[in-house]
Amino acid sequence: MSSSERLSLHVPEPAVRPGDTPDFSTVKIPKAGAVPRPEVDADPESMRDLAFSIIRVLNRNGEAVGPWAGALTDDELLDGLRHMMTLRAFDARMLIAQRQGKTSFYMQHLGEEAVSCAFRKALKPGDMNFPTYRQAGLLIANGYPMVDMMSQIFSNARDPLKGRQLPVMYSSREHGFFTISGNLATQFVQAVGWAMASAIRNDDKIAAAWIGDGSTAESDFHAALVFASTYKAPVVLNVVNNQWAISTFQGIARGGSGTFAARGIGFGIPSLRVDGNDYLAVHAVAKWAAERARRNMGPTLIEYVTYRVGAHSTSDDPSAYRPKTESAAWPLGDPVIRLKNHLIGRGVWSEERHKQSEAEILDTVITAQKEAESFGTLHAGAKPSARDMFDGVFAEMPPHLRRQRQQAGV
Amino acid sequence: MPRMTMIEAIRDAMDVMMGRDETVVVYGEDVGYFGGVFRCTQGLQQKYGKTRCFDAPISESGIVGTAIGMAAYGLKPCVEIQFADYMYPAYDHITQEAARIRYRSNGDFTCPLVIRMPTGGGIFGGQTHSQSVEALFTHVCGLKVVVPCNPYDAKGLLISAIEDPDPVIFLEPKRLYNGPFDGHHDRPVTPWSKHEAGEVQAGHYTVPLGKAAVARPGSAVTVLAYGTMVHVALAAAADAGIDAEVIDLRTLVPLDLDTIVASVRKTGRCLVVHEATLTSGFGAELVSLVQENCFHHLEAPVVRVAGWDTPYPHAQEWDYFPGPGRVGRALQEILES
Repeated sequence: MSSSERLSLHVPEPAVRPGDTPDFSTVKIPKAGAVPRPEVDADPESMRDLAFSIIRVLNRNGEAVGPWAGALTDDELLDGLRHMMTLRAFDARMLIAQRQGKTSFYMQHLGEEAVSCAFRKALKPGDMNFPTYRQAGLLIANGYPMVDMMSQIFSNARDPLKGRQLPVMYSSREHGFFTISGNLATQFVQAVGWAMASAIRNDDKIAAAWIGDGSTAESDFHAALVFASTYKAPVVLNVVNNQWAISTFQGIARGGSGTFAARGIGFGIPSLRVDGNDYLAVHAVAKWAAERARRNMGPTLIEYVTYRVGAHSTSDDPSAYRPKTESAAWPLGDPVIRLKNHLIGRGVWSEERHKQSEAEILDTVITAQKEAESFGTLHAGAKPSARDMFDGVFAEMPPHLRRQRQQAGV
Repeated sequence: MPRMTMIEAIRDAMDVMMGRDETVVVYGEDVGYFGGVFRCTQGLQQKYGKTRCFDAPISESGIVGTAIGMAAYGLKPCVEIQFADYMYPAYDHITQEAARIRYRSNGDFTCPLVIRMPTGGGIFGGQTHSQSVEALFTHVCGLKVVVPCNPYDAKGLLISAIEDPDPVIFLEPKRLYNGPFDGHHDRPVTPWSKHEAGEVQAGHYTVPLGKAAVARPGSAVTVLAYGTMVHVALAAAADAGIDAEVIDLRTLVPLDLDTIVASVRKTGRCLVVHEATLTSGFGAELVSLVQENCFHHLEAPVVRVAGWDTPYPHAQEWDYFPGPGRVGRALQEILES
């Protein structure tokens, strides 16, 4: 380069745009079973490669192979399949409900069901998740009542959050699910603090932090890694890389770092990359990281490689920024179909039972929806009281709020 | 009663609470081994161990963000931001998270958290060691905002803040750390040991949040002040020989409106003073409330004396700081109008 050359700004672009043929040829997918499984107490230095590969268990034939296989029983896997199918059916119904005007907003998980559903099963009662708005599988897989979720979405009279929160911003301490905030990434560092608290109190509980690929660019991501690293907090730091942050492809947030998992290495945090559409792999890696945290060996960063099949939200149209057929070309496939095929291969499931199960689950979801709607929807039926608006700002209502409540005539 | 500086009183409050409640943890930049750049946490790590009082990375959002997580777990973090001027990286966590967690989760999660921040000017701190940021917190629903002006209150209010179930922003006027300051920068400073307000009760006691104190009873005019400006207002009234009633608000949210209204209805005149910049400062809220609640009792327009609407300068410290001269002239004008 000659010294007289002028500078130019590099702005990353996705390989393809609307109208183009989807191309994932640059995504290197290792064979299932190819990535080693280090001991839980292994030195982070010894597992740097794991941040650049993809841990996979299910192969093309639906067989569970390699060192990360074998952690779950058939019954547990059947449960997992049901959880993912339930989340998918729930999403589909709520999407319709939003289009029908029963709520203002919804965000689905299509294609990412394995991540939160499988992770939840690696936790124990009392552990705490700090989720984003796209981990409702943590609730579904833990048996949180769908009627309560829907009531929150409908902001109705049964809404556990009294109509104060946007739809899908659930909260349940009992189910280890920290109150969701609209502000991206804040929960990532709060999770580290929760984990530090557990360690300060010599407790045996761990925390799980959640963040998307786009939000890793927020400063709280870095703060979380620093604090987790410094204090060896018992936290699992989950990065869900679904390739897209609304319209922005993951390369904008990732920059030149190669992978999101690689970010953890600089902080001395063991960092693993996993096939996010492989229920067995997600669970195995989550369990490994949870055990590490529980044994007081500190944090682990996990990057889940997946794809956001649906629109970002009900306010988004992805055809404006990516090819319509891109999700079909995604090389890691569909998490539900992959687990289904695995279970069929094991002889514990069949196409018929799957269809039947689908119908049963849909029926359960519709029944829950009917019950939730009996408590009202956003614009019809019962709703939270206007008095609820003034409660809960403080533990005790201060005089100025009492005056305002009187002015509001409620 | 023993006399303490404000620094010692603040330290004593944390010491008392750490001793009483093992869920109280204290951390921040240089807070642990070193005991804080203002010595407010000196000896606490030695006494309670480094898992109760520890040094943090230089990350305000990390400090407050982790503290919110700890509070959600069930601890009572009392964290320090080294200067209020450096709270901005944590502003997202304070305003969108700490302040809202109880509300948005319908009480499922809460945030019993105290954030201590040295505040205010008068120390040649320049632009980023002098700011008074209280209005940026009083505007946020869900936060309590406290500003003590003497060692006794500092300890009692801090204990109340730590015991409070909601997030509290605890602003410590660093100009008052070692002794009262009335704005007469050309005179020698009196240490708290020579001041009766330096008397601090040993052990546990509280000064309730949401209650103002009448620093000087009077009948001619009400002065609403907090922090360093309480001392400035007292000096200004004494210098000018005006029988002012000086009210130390102590807590800005929740505000003790009853005490304010009773005083202004009695005096018929009101001056609001603060170090913070004028426009949209907390004084504007005070003036509005006085106007709404005391309109028929007012005999003169309510006046504000505040910092100018400029960044806090260095060399022009005493042209900027609203000292007793400016406050005294405003008092005269109010009485003459």
